[in-house]
Amino acid sequence: MSDIESRDRRLEHKLESTRAFIIRSKGSKIDSLRSKVDLLRLPLVLSTKSISNRKSQLGVIWEKGGGSGTGVARKLRPPPAFDMDNESTYSGYSYKSSHSRTSRKNRDRRDRHRLKNRDGSIRGDKSVMIQAPGEPLLDPESTVVDDRDDNWGETTTVVTGTSVDSISNEDLTRISKDLEDSLPLDCRRYISPVLGAILGLISVITPLAFLALPQLLWRDTLDPCGTPSSYWLFYGVRVLEPQETDYRGIVGYAASLVDALLFIQYLALVLLEVRHLQPAFCLKVVRTADGVSRFYNVGHLSIQRAGVWVLDQYYRDFPVYNPALINLPKSILTKKMSSFKVYNLEEENTNNSTGQSRAMIAAAARRRDNSHNEYYYEEAEVERRIRKRRARLVVAVEEAFTHIKRHQDEDTATSSPKHPRELMDPREAAQAIFAPMARAMQKYLRATRQQSYHTMESIINYLQFCITHNMTPKAFLERYLSPGPTLQYLDNNRGRRWTLVSEEPVTTALRQGQVFSLKRLDFALVVKVMPLPFLDLAEEFIDPKSHKFVMKLQSETSV
Amino acid sequence: MSFVPGQPVTAVVQRIEIQKLRQGENLILGFSIGGGIDQDPGQNPFSEDKSDKGIYVTRITPGGPAEVAGLRMGDKIMQVNGWDMTMVTHDQARKKLTNKREDVVRLLITRRSLEEAVKQSKGSHPRQ
Repeated sequence: MSDIESRDRRLEHKLESTRAFIIRSKGSKIDSLRSKVDLLRLPLVLSTKSISNRKSQLGVIWEKGGGSGTGVARKLRPPPAFDMDNESTYSGYSYKSSHSRTSRKNRDRRDRHRLKNRDGSIRGDKSVMIQAPGEPLLDPESTVVDDRDDNWGETTTVVTGTSVDSISNEDLTRISKDLEDSLPLDCRRYISPVLGAILGLISVITPLAFLALPQLLWRDTLDPCGTPSSYWLFYGVRVLEPQETDYRGIVGYAASLVDALLFIQYLALVLLEVRHLQPAFCLKVVRTADGVSRFYNVGHLSIQRAGVWVLDQYYRDFPVYNPALINLPKSILTKKMSSFKVYNLEEENTNNSTGQSRAMIAAAARRRDNSHNEYYYEEAEVERRIRKRRARLVVAVEEAFTHIKRHQDEDTATSSPKHPRELMDPREAAQAIFAPMARAMQKYLRATRQQSYHTMESIINYLQFCITHNMTPKAFLERYLSPGPTLQYLDNNRGRRWTLVSEEPVTTALRQGQVFSLKRLDFALVVKVMPLPFLDLAEEFIDPKSHKFVMKLQSETSV
Repeated sequence: MSFVPGQPVTAVVQRIEIQKLRQGENLILGFSIGGGIDQDPGQNPFSEDKSDKGIYVTRITPGGPAEVAGLRMGDKIMQVNGWDMTMVTHDQARKKLTNKREDVVRLLITRRSLEEAVKQSKGSHPRQ
């Protein structure tokens, strides 16, 4: 009786200790997560005053100063914290979702340090806000932020990270969706890779733990406590309960676990990567603001992944969006309507009674429609002006480049002592030759409405870059004569917020005829999915000797 | 005018003698030829058999020596001064006709109307 009681007591004691052990480990994990959450909640409170201050700093100082100046290059201060976030041009892109876990962890640690001493400086992030119309993932906090400020560009959400273990990926999306409502926006992105890392670590340690635990808990029979992993449950029942003495069996069991994990890993690899790579659909991406479109071939992706991928290509392929370029037609049409004194019929008038506008439209229709004429001549005039200024710019730059020459070391002996050449480093050389071309450059940029994208500082930097690498004037000018990809104008410490809008749940795979769009504040990218045609490729062999020809002449000679 | 390969060609021919006319440096005959074994016979508008690669008269200068001598458009030239014209290239035919040392060319030509006329005469006037 007594030994049974003692055994029972020992049993309970052991049970308690293991329960405590497991709960403690879980608890510490949760505590660590909670501490991370508290840290990140702090710096997100922004006063509206600071936002309005930043807004007032917009604008290009160089342009205002240069308008009254002559060709002399003045040392003007470029606008501080150069944020032109109204348009979609400058944005930071510092995070790529599919990089390795370790680099993400390091960046995660670094960013937490940075977050601690933020003072309103803007951190760069690219975010994809996944929003299905039925269930908004945006918490009320972020919508308020959206209303407050257009420049608040670094809000982030979770991009479902591509982790190698497919089980942990599904867990992550589930867990991250739960956590999104409670956490502030900034750390959302790091939750999924961190959790993936933790789960991966557990799965690595598990086989070793399987082998180690019998040693630790040898003499005790235990009930398995409700751990989520089915392998642990099985282990607890099969091994720990009957106190398995056959160590080889345990090792075999651990080996089978490793095999299963390896199999899952490769299956995930196949599913995630290989299926994604093989092209199956053609996406047509059209920018709503100016109609620039591109076509891309993708594989079997979900709408989310396709959206992220399209955005990556957008920054490289699409020329930068210049809202100033669209203003021309309106000015033409307002000229036509100026005789009616009030209304431009191209714009929406919400405070206009429909009867009045209809009368206006009818009157306008009766007038002879000459707006196309004016538009045509105005376009021709603008074109001519641009071409003239471009010619002046090209000539000025070519001449400026002839003023400097790279100094060769063997010339030192031959240069005459009467004219000692002053040696300059690239920065000084760039500043020296910038002066004669400054005015022509400025007028050209203003004609093509690019003056907001290039400050004087940036031009001199680029000039210095070109001089250092022995580029010709044409190579230097190429950057200004044609609008480059959006990536070229990005400032790397800013964030860009996009919204994925779709009529179907965004985790569904791409299908023919689907349309979704990626919205920014002032324009959107509409993506249409078209399937690639099924190709029936036949092969035919042609014998090279079978190429024979006959003459087919019919000449007539007079004799 | 079709021929069977290996069999001798038979045709009703007309003799035509053309005096060459001197025009400055050149001696001209006043007509144009087409055809030849190196030409495309399918484009010949005058031949009955579109695989006939013989030399045909394609154009006649009005009032020229050929018209005066009785040559007509669409005639097939069988011989020139004794040289065969049924199996020659276009350039060989031209050379035979434009020999500078000869003032006169004697042609043997055939045309469909000749065949018709002979048949009619045979039919209407049986041989006695």
